[in-house]
Amino acid sequence: MALDQIVDGLSEVSCDVLVIGGGTAGPMAALKAKLKNPKANVVLLEKANVKRSGAISMGMDGLNNAVIPGYATPEQYTKEITIANDGIVDQKAVYKYAQNCYKIIEELDSFGIRFLKNENGDYAVKKVHHIGTYVLPMPNGETVKKALYRQLRRARILISNRYMATRLLKSSDGRIAGAISVNTRTAAILVIKAKAVILCMGAAGRLGLPTSGYMFGTYENAANSGDGYAMAYHAGAALANLECYQINPLIKDYNGPACAYVAGPFGAFTANNEGSRFIECDYWSGQMMLEFYNELLSGKGPVFLQLKHLHPNTIEEIESTLHKVERPTRGLFQQGRGVDYRNESIEMHISEIGFCSGHSASGVFVDDNARTTVPGLYAAGDMASVPHNYMLGAFTNGSVAGIDAMEFADSHDFAEFDAQDVAKERDRVLAPTKREDGIPPNQVEYKTRRLVNDYLQPPKVTRKYELGMRRLAEAREDMQERMIARNAHELLRALEVQSIMDCADMAVHASLYREESRWGLYHWRTDFPEKDNENWFCHTLLSKQNGKMTSEKRAVEPYVVPIADDEKDLYDKQRIRATA
Amino acid sequence: MPLASYQTSVPVVVDDAKCIADKGCTVCVDVCPLDVLRISDMTGKAYMAYDECWYCMPCEADCPTGAVTVNIPYLLR
Repeated sequence: MALDQIVDGLSEVSCDVLVIGGGTAGPMAALKAKLKNPKANVVLLEKANVKRSGAISMGMDGLNNAVIPGYATPEQYTKEITIANDGIVDQKAVYKYAQNCYKIIEELDSFGIRFLKNENGDYAVKKVHHIGTYVLPMPNGETVKKALYRQLRRARILISNRYMATRLLKSSDGRIAGAISVNTRTAAILVIKAKAVILCMGAAGRLGLPTSGYMFGTYENAANSGDGYAMAYHAGAALANLECYQINPLIKDYNGPACAYVAGPFGAFTANNEGSRFIECDYWSGQMMLEFYNELLSGKGPVFLQLKHLHPNTIEEIESTLHKVERPTRGLFQQGRGVDYRNESIEMHISEIGFCSGHSASGVFVDDNARTTVPGLYAAGDMASVPHNYMLGAFTNGSVAGIDAMEFADSHDFAEFDAQDVAKERDRVLAPTKREDGIPPNQVEYKTRRLVNDYLQPPKVTRKYELGMRRLAEAREDMQERMIARNAHELLRALEVQSIMDCADMAVHASLYREESRWGLYHWRTDFPEKDNENWFCHTLLSKQNGKMTSEKRAVEPYVVPIADDEKDLYDKQRIRATA
Repeated sequence: MPLASYQTSVPVVVDDAKCIADKGCTVCVDVCPLDVLRISDMTGKAYMAYDECWYCMPCEADCPTGAVTVNIPYLLR
């Protein structure tokens, strides 16, 4: 039978801990859960293939937030991230990460992933952040996924590739009971009963449309369509600070980073068209992105990553990383444009918007044990609310989630769910395949994401958001009533559009709720241009209550690491001062 | 509303002479994060069936015979 042909199928399996998403956090969560209780069944469900899925499909060039003894302390790191995230941080989770991440580095090292060391054998950590030193290059960073995969096989994790989870199942008393998924090549439905579920489904990276117009040319792995955010929302979990968008400085048109984290420590810097520096620090914060945006519009743009002043040997070393790891087609792209870093700077631009706690703070709300607000449901990695947590945060918090979820599974039996919920979800999932005629998913997706660009991209204007909301509602009606999928692959895209639409609605709702400006460009509201600590020094939590999208305030937990008054605005001073 | 097909030049190119999909190899189809590669019923070789590419490279890097080339999609080239 041909691939993609739709098959009528429904099966059910059960496991102790279900991990959804096999990118970065997911494999670590699955591994730790299994090691915690080797007798238990751990299923790792993945929409693509665990061997090459997620943000680190082709590896990673380094750790951006390594807290290494001798270079940084957990207290310093917690302070830096608190300031970088404009104070809206529950420090407990960040501090726990900072305390645990060194152990995880050593563990990754034991998996065969190497980290740069100096002649004394110490880790060669580089400074990129505004205050502290946390960047550790990975000389064989292209091997990360292979090394992880070996560990998963050794631990006998049950891997199910090419299944897209669509909704979570809950019991009548609100506890997690499992998930419903669909095979992306046959459209057969698989119900997975589980005592605990860990969501590791990555960023909402297909929300905005890249300026190239190529729908899959996104900063994030284009498979990261925000399914985890949508699933958590529909399960009633709270999502935190979604208005704190992810927007990144990238190579113009290419949509991969240029990348200052790699080249900065060698002496490269972000410059305007006059060749001058205009930002103090290349670390990706909303405040930095605002200066980047301002420079682009000021007439002093374009903005470049400048490295032509460096020694040719240094440039070669930078190239060997940039063109080998993370986004290895960078070299091919530059070659096509005839750009040689030795005599030309790299033109940069800003990315489309998305949700991602890996770089900002928009994620499913979790506490310091990676628990969401739904009992038995966990989240880790780019989609969980621990801010600025990057790859090492995904590993470290994935580990926390895996251990805690297995403890939960060990002390609970399966929760019962209503069979009607499965029947209803099956109907919803398969609806686009039952229509004879209609609009294909790629058109609904293009329109939705074009509307996101037109109306939701910062600066955020209330009137534009209200209009955007209306246009999105029209697109949603088309999606729900008229979208057609002619095979299983188109159904996969049709389901992804539904995640994208949910994320767009959440972006509107969360952005309109917070009536102030914060996080630089990420949440710049022209109708409320000032930061308002009196009324808005708080998290915002978005959730589905009685079927309606609702937002509420949540107090920031008392700090573990105090921040002095004169430190609080250090990240607000990103622009290089013209006079001394 | 009737559907029309839409022309697009796809970024992933497979060298049929080197591709061993007809001998049972499915590596590139297996690893693709966007699941856009398929084996042709007509030629028995791998090809890009859907132009939904993140130009990320696993198909090219993992191909055992070096048959797969990833190009930058035209729109962003």
